[in-house]
Amino acid sequence: MSELRGVIVSHAAVAQALVSAVTAITGIEGALTPISNEGCGTEALGERLREPVGAGPAVLFVDLPGGSCFTSSARYAKQGGADIAVVTGVNLAMLLDFVFNRDIPPAEAARRAVDAGAKAIRLTRT
Amino acid sequence: MSLALYRIDDRLIHGQVVVGWGQPLDVSFIVLVDDEVSGSDWEQDLYRMGVPPQIEVIFASVEQAAATLPRWESDTRVGILLVGDIDTAVALAGRAPQVKRFNVGGVHHRTGRKERLRFVYLTDDEAAKLRQLAARGVDVTAQDVPTARAVPVAEFT
Repeated sequence: MSELRGVIVSHAAVAQALVSAVTAITGIEGALTPISNEGCGTEALGERLREPVGAGPAVLFVDLPGGSCFTSSARYAKQGGADIAVVTGVNLAMLLDFVFNRDIPPAEAARRAVDAGAKAIRLTRT
Repeated sequence: MSLALYRIDDRLIHGQVVVGWGQPLDVSFIVLVDDEVSGSDWEQDLYRMGVPPQIEVIFASVEQAAATLPRWESDTRVGILLVGDIDTAVALAGRAPQVKRFNVGGVHHRTGRKERLRFVYLTDDEAAKLRQLAARGVDVTAQDVPTARAVPVAEFT
């Protein structure tokens, strides 16, 4: 199967910063595309997804489980015609797992990402 | 208390509404007025996901909203009413005389629209509709977040 595309959809510059961090840690470039909601409504944000998602398959990593980034992504995944999975609560740990596991179906990659992301959230005793 | 904010925002329920306005106003319910969303369970689930469980979300068509507005206005809790575009705001104000104000919170770029403020893009027709709304006694201002200045309609249309 073709390699999965990863698209991060966020408020302001969060997505760009996450892509930079993934590249700095792994050296992998081009696996993730950052999309910001800056200056656009839900319709225009959906349009911004068209090029990076392409014909898919793809996983959309969204910052919050609600709001304009999420509604645009979920709507695009439903109507876009490509094989797309949507994960919310994006964090660096899930992206690091994703870039090394892009030869699997979107739904499976999304499940892996959720597991990896959740495991990284811990309360540390100091 | 009643409806503390009537807002035009093409993103409908999102962070600025739930957190930016919802927190300082201590909002307990959000009314989303949109004919399309009110007829789609899937769309309603999407919008509900962005709202904490303690805040009730009510979906209504323009007709339903006009009929129910007196009840929301006399609710003891604080609420926010949202519409996604200027036509819906005009339609609601035309059917419900209780509508005395509208906050333009986010109308974004689209072909034919010109930038009026950083977060408000309007066609000439939309700008005229907002001025007409104001001429009918509705207080129309633009303000994205509570800490910003409320810009009078004459300054951005």
